[in-house]
Amino acid sequence: MSLAMAFPTTRGLRQALISLIVLALGLGSGVWWLNVRDDGVATDTAATPSSNPSTLAQRGAYLARAGNCEGCHTAPGGVAYAGGRGVPTPFGTVYASNLTPDAVHGLGGWSAEQFWRALHNGRSRDGRLLYPAFPYPNFTRITRADSDALFAYLGSLPAIAQANRAHELRFPFNLQVTLALWRALYFRPAQTPHDATRSEQWNRGAYLVEALGHCNACHASRNALGASASTLDLAGGLIPVQNWYAPSLTSLDEAGVSDADSAIRLLRDGVCADAAVSGPMSEVVAGSTQYLLPDDLQSMAVYLQTLAVGSPKRAQPAREAASTLAGSKLYEDHCAGCHGIDGEGVRGVYPPLAGSRTVTLQTPANLVHVVHEGGFPPVTAGNPRPFGMPPFATVLNDDDVAQVLTWIRQNWGNRASAVTALDVRRYAGKR
Amino acid sequence: MAQRVLACTGCHGPQGRAASDGYYPRIAGKPAGYLYNQLRNFRLGQRHYGLMTQLLAPLSDGYLDEIAHHFASLEIAYPAPQPATASPAELRRGEALVRDGDPTRQIPACASCHGARLMGVLPAVPAVIGLPRDYLNAQLGAWRTGNRQAQAPDCMAEIAKRLATTDVFAVSQWLAAQPVPQPARPDPSLPAAPPLRCGSMPAKSGPAAPGQ
Repeated sequence: MSLAMAFPTTRGLRQALISLIVLALGLGSGVWWLNVRDDGVATDTAATPSSNPSTLAQRGAYLARAGNCEGCHTAPGGVAYAGGRGVPTPFGTVYASNLTPDAVHGLGGWSAEQFWRALHNGRSRDGRLLYPAFPYPNFTRITRADSDALFAYLGSLPAIAQANRAHELRFPFNLQVTLALWRALYFRPAQTPHDATRSEQWNRGAYLVEALGHCNACHASRNALGASASTLDLAGGLIPVQNWYAPSLTSLDEAGVSDADSAIRLLRDGVCADAAVSGPMSEVVAGSTQYLLPDDLQSMAVYLQTLAVGSPKRAQPAREAASTLAGSKLYEDHCAGCHGIDGEGVRGVYPPLAGSRTVTLQTPANLVHVVHEGGFPPVTAGNPRPFGMPPFATVLNDDDVAQVLTWIRQNWGNRASAVTALDVRRYAGKR
Repeated sequence: MAQRVLACTGCHGPQGRAASDGYYPRIAGKPAGYLYNQLRNFRLGQRHYGLMTQLLAPLSDGYLDEIAHHFASLEIAYPAPQPATASPAELRRGEALVRDGDPTRQIPACASCHGARLMGVLPAVPAVIGLPRDYLNAQLGAWRTGNRQAQAPDCMAEIAKRLATTDVFAVSQWLAAQPVPQPARPDPSLPAAPPLRCGSMPAKSGPAAPGQ
């Protein structure tokens, strides 16, 4: 259908063009308005303070631990907080910036107000929109008071003159206008409301989990544009690029908290009687949660406990007899020495596999990683000399891994789906 | 401790182990300072091997030091040396470089840092005998290309760049063919100062390992 047929008169064409321009302007201003509203407005509800150290910078140091700022804002082998670590995303790599008070490359020329705007509204000092690889959809909930404390702490660090590395993002994700559209769709500045029907402890836990802890940044699934359904979503998700699955914190079949003590131990020590952290969560415990005050860990556990619900029993997959013998032999040869012939493990040392929620997760991604790469739980005060699991990537081929994982997932009363060699290839990292 | 480090022996085996993606060198009996430096270098990404970096990422310097001391204390027999496949002339050249170096190209003798017996020197210089020649070739090559980096000043990178490829082959052929002298332990010290300043020597060891 040609343009001439669609618009038989020049007047018709002009009208259509005018409508189009008006529509574009309308959408454009809508996107602009959605991006600038709440900009720098410190509408702050009082967060419930915990028993924190007195001075502002000291409090900020603790909050930086809770948010694990150092974890992203430090290059491997680099100076703390000087930036340079790349966060891999499906759109390219975003490089974390220098947070030291260097006047040229860091936050030396920033004000507390501008820092607050970065956390609350995802905007840099010069007004540039920030990429949500910096999880400001969660940090937007940080209170102004805590933001000021963080800023004071960062300002007390030695200034490091390290230039910020440019992001490596594919077109069109490297354009500000694309980011503006994303924010219009998916980002709203917010505060964590105080729920008067709940205890102070619960409210503190909500704030720690939703805001500083930014647990949702991993523990939720993301759509094709990299957004989660809501910044309160904790229903689990596969971390893009790294292919580790952050389990659901709301389902008791996955990582939902039923026993607060175990959850606290896991966050503080990296191990509890029946489980150990691995992969990206190891980093979280090592860099952040192992340093939290007991009250704060308790608050988080209390909050998470109220979210955890059972889910309808999944259909029990049929056990595959063909793979049983091979899988059983592989288990006996390579795994039983530590994890026990009955999958019972050793309490606090080798996680049990029988009845393990990690083993029966629907996606076998984490199991593939652990078998291939082995690993140590993090060194913490509560577990200073961890026991390690050897990597089996050079010992077992994809078929072996699939068979032994299938056997583990379907033995001792475990009822989970089989694992194929294709699954193993899909989830294994670069080898 | 041995139980804790099954994560290591699974690949490294008691005497080192060859696998499909390369060679996992022997770690038993190496100087503790050397092992500690390597563990830190892998964790920091100065030595490149994904599995090592991932394994060590959640561990502290103190624990790495303890692990290093544990493996340093092990006394395990060495395998028989690899018969050389080079010509006698090449082997003589290899031996000359190892014992005397080449002053015309400012290449110091390997023995001047690695010890007269070539079994390494405490606290942080490793042995160069008892390693397969493929591994020696690979490490010297890695230093030349910058794939392997030690703490600055990186003396091995300097020396590797001064060596010609034929020198590297000759040296690794001769070294791999030598039997391991007894006792198979590093010398306690060097008789004279080392010819180059070296960031790895003496090791900046972490806190003293607890007795184990």
